[in-house]
Amino acid sequence: MTESTPEQRGVDRDWSGIRRAANFRPVEWLAEKMIQGVSFTAIAGVFLIFLFVGKEALPVFLGQTDSRLIQPIIPSSEVAKVKPEVLRQYLGLSVRDFAAMDQDTLKELMQVREEGAKDIPEYARSDPDSGVNGSGWRYLIAPHQWSGNEHPEYIWQPVGNIQKFNIIPLFLGSLKTTLIGLFFAVPLALAAALYVSQLAPVRVKEWVKPGIEMLAGIPSVVVGAFALLVLATWLQSIFHYQVRLNAFVAGIALGFAVIPLVFSIAEDALTSVPKSYVQAALAVGASRWQAARDIVLPAAIPGVFAAVVLGFGRAIGETMIVLIVCSAPVMSWNLFDSARSITTTIAAEMGELVPGSPHYRILFMLGTVLFAVTFLTNLIGDVVINRLKRRLEGKR
Amino acid sequence: MSASPRPEASRSLSRTGIDWGSSLGTAVSLAATVFILLILFVILGNVVIHGLPQLSWRFVSTIPKKDFFDKDSAAVLPMIVGTSIRVLVMTVFVIPIGVTTAVYLTEYARSNSWYTRVIRAAISNLAGVPSIVFGLFGAGFFVHLIGGGIDDIIGATSPKWGKPALLWASLTLAVMTLPVVIVATEESLRAITPGLREASLALGATKLQTILRIVLPNALPGILTGGILAVSRAAGEVAPILFTGAAYYLADLPRSLNDQFMDLGYHTYILASQAPNIEKARPILYGTVFVLLLLTFSLNAVAIFARARIRRQMRSGH
Amino acid sequence: MAAPTSIPATNPPSSSEFKPLLETQNLELFYGASRALKGITMGIRENLVTAFIGPSGCGKSTFLRCFNRMNDLIDGVRIVGECRVGGEDIYARDVDVIELRKRVGMVFQRSNPFPKSIFENIAYGLRLHGIRATSEIEGIVEQSLKGAAIWDEVKDRLHQSALGLSGGQQQRLCIARAIAIRPQVLLMDEPASALDPIATGKVEDLIVELKKDFTIVIVTHNMQQATRISDYTAFFYLGELVEYDLTTRIFTNPAKKKTEDYVTGRFG
Repeated sequence: MTESTPEQRGVDRDWSGIRRAANFRPVEWLAEKMIQGVSFTAIAGVFLIFLFVGKEALPVFLGQTDSRLIQPIIPSSEVAKVKPEVLRQYLGLSVRDFAAMDQDTLKELMQVREEGAKDIPEYARSDPDSGVNGSGWRYLIAPHQWSGNEHPEYIWQPVGNIQKFNIIPLFLGSLKTTLIGLFFAVPLALAAALYVSQLAPVRVKEWVKPGIEMLAGIPSVVVGAFALLVLATWLQSIFHYQVRLNAFVAGIALGFAVIPLVFSIAEDALTSVPKSYVQAALAVGASRWQAARDIVLPAAIPGVFAAVVLGFGRAIGETMIVLIVCSAPVMSWNLFDSARSITTTIAAEMGELVPGSPHYRILFMLGTVLFAVTFLTNLIGDVVINRLKRRLEGKR
Repeated sequence: MSASPRPEASRSLSRTGIDWGSSLGTAVSLAATVFILLILFVILGNVVIHGLPQLSWRFVSTIPKKDFFDKDSAAVLPMIVGTSIRVLVMTVFVIPIGVTTAVYLTEYARSNSWYTRVIRAAISNLAGVPSIVFGLFGAGFFVHLIGGGIDDIIGATSPKWGKPALLWASLTLAVMTLPVVIVATEESLRAITPGLREASLALGATKLQTILRIVLPNALPGILTGGILAVSRAAGEVAPILFTGAAYYLADLPRSLNDQFMDLGYHTYILASQAPNIEKARPILYGTVFVLLLLTFSLNAVAIFARARIRRQMRSGH
Repeated sequence: MAAPTSIPATNPPSSSEFKPLLETQNLELFYGASRALKGITMGIRENLVTAFIGPSGCGKSTFLRCFNRMNDLIDGVRIVGECRVGGEDIYARDVDVIELRKRVGMVFQRSNPFPKSIFENIAYGLRLHGIRATSEIEGIVEQSLKGAAIWDEVKDRLHQSALGLSGGQQQRLCIARAIAIRPQVLLMDEPASALDPIATGKVEDLIVELKKDFTIVIVTHNMQQATRISDYTAFFYLGELVEYDLTTRIFTNPAKKKTEDYVTGRFG
């Protein structure tokens, strides 16, 4: 056996060189650890968001918030007698802050509290609702007959002496605008998706798809401003309703924002139906439309469903459009009344709040609900689409 | 046995009648498509027709007076600056972290294991969470918890970091865009044929060398497109910055990361919702919207153009 | 291109007359729970061409990829048994896969040039291994392209994209890329299966040429190809090594019925 060809460059015949001891790569190792570290931090951050929003809302879910106008007062003279833990909670201090304060400071804080209680005007103090904790579950959900009202009512009125936090009007507002948006957007987007994926010539397709992508690229404040300036007037002149800015206008404008999403998902699902289905239909004499309607659409129906579900998630989470167009928290089924959605409420009221106050926590609770709803819709949409694609690709 | 129905022999292949049902269906779906495009053109056309005339050098290059609802003193320089900076700072955070995470998920993590699947599902679902929820998160987490914490540590008497600020708004947007960037990057990484990785590894390249010299350069176009789209989306977002950094009015441009800033989208919202006289504010509103659209669409156009170009290049094999 | 006469005419696995460069002892490979390779024992000699034949799914490609540990890239693959290259157990804990792959090159079924220029495709591997001087790289690029019998076709467009080459040219470029870093062993996984007859002929000529410098193991679907280029042939069936012998013997006078059925085209 010949040993080696002469002109061979550096052929290493000593195979023990493949042992790692001689080949440790510190840079490589470090870089991999860094990639790992950054990714884990990012992923942990993602989960942190779930936790944080939920944590801020937790006291509401547990019914531990207290938004009563008149709260029990501990006289400042009793500063030495009260248990420290009770005192800390009474003053709403963190453990660290509380530990750092001497008794005089605590006493001063208690006096401030006493003075504050005295500042509540007499008429408010005598209000029978002054002892009602509006942030309790019962008042969040069930109607309550507030003083001055003749019937139990659903009222969201977080500012004022007596805070009223009934969230039902907000849910109704969200539902109203979202459903109007979907009723408007879904048929349009689906029909367009069917046309673009099955019927349109390739050149038309190449123009329509970037166009719809562009529609998706319009910021929602811009859609909101357009609805305020132009759309509201047009719709009013067509439908002749009373209030110019209302849930209906907001819903249609929401539809503008939802169309691109529903379109792209539905189009994707329709396109993933194998071409052979269509060819088979055409071969037995169906028209392109009949093939699209009778073969492609039924095959892709889960994708259409997913598009609608995801569109719902997108619409219910949209903020700026509804915020600009309408925002009065009215409890009404009338489409042409104003409506305040969950998102708008958060956007309009979060700005000035004291962290940890009942109102603040209730807004986080609304955020958590929103989070959960959209997370669920996304999950359903994803699962349905993946299943569909796997089935159409023939992998079960 | 009865004869199965057959086309009569006399029926010719030439078209004898119009299939009304099919024509109608096609027409209706075509009409829907046209209607959607019409919405796009009406919005854009409306903004351009009313917004373009408002554009002047003074409008884009001066700082407005306090009464920015007045046509003569209205201007958008600080908003252009504010929006640009917040997008820039966001990009600096989100692109490296997002790309690194995507590289980890596609190249390192075991793709079939349950935790990778959970992470992937969580990330892709987070991409669909409403932006207002991120705003809520940013206010509670960045402004109050982190910012407030920094103030406690440095012993600031008045809030220095524990208040809405450019940095917090940018970070909130970064967290919001992170899933989008990760998903887009993962997609373009996975689009690279396994053959290329194998070829590199079979030559004795390490995993890192393969990623840096073969995988990332080839995925770059996709990453770039996804990144730019995410950035342009973020440029127009208002909800996440409502309580993390945007200001109603400031006489000065932001000087440091803990300053508040004015923002094009937020300003649009203020003009639309708080103008004492909407008719008077209308031209200014159009002008502002026009500038905002110009900014987001130029970013979008860059992304779409880049993608088209790269696709063409890939097809021709250069 | 008949097999060299100097080769001892004994059945290699049982032979003790030579020291094999690649050898396995009872090698088993599992994809999850399913056993893809069922206890393979064989030795492959240096500076010869050894062909693996067998019907699709018989494990020949999987077995080939054991020798440079490309199977590591697949989740859920587990290997039991021994696999030695140059006397070293390559699945030992302290083995550096990178170093191994530098010495055991591979050419794939589907040509996979990097989307870079022809020149860069070859220079990539060289730079990986610390060769930086431009003149040296240029020299090796030329030498490798000549070695892969493609130099004349590409010398005027070295800096154009490799994706512009024809399928056969791309595959020879991949071979040039693999030999540029001077491995000792060249694993080829059906290198000509996607090529037309003319390109296949060129690649086959090249393989015979390369035998001088490299130990070549080639997986092939094409039995004529195996007879044309290989010295030894191993026939695999359902994850087992059925027969391994001189190519001439496998194709003219196989010992096992199964082998005979396969090489005469009765199944597969």
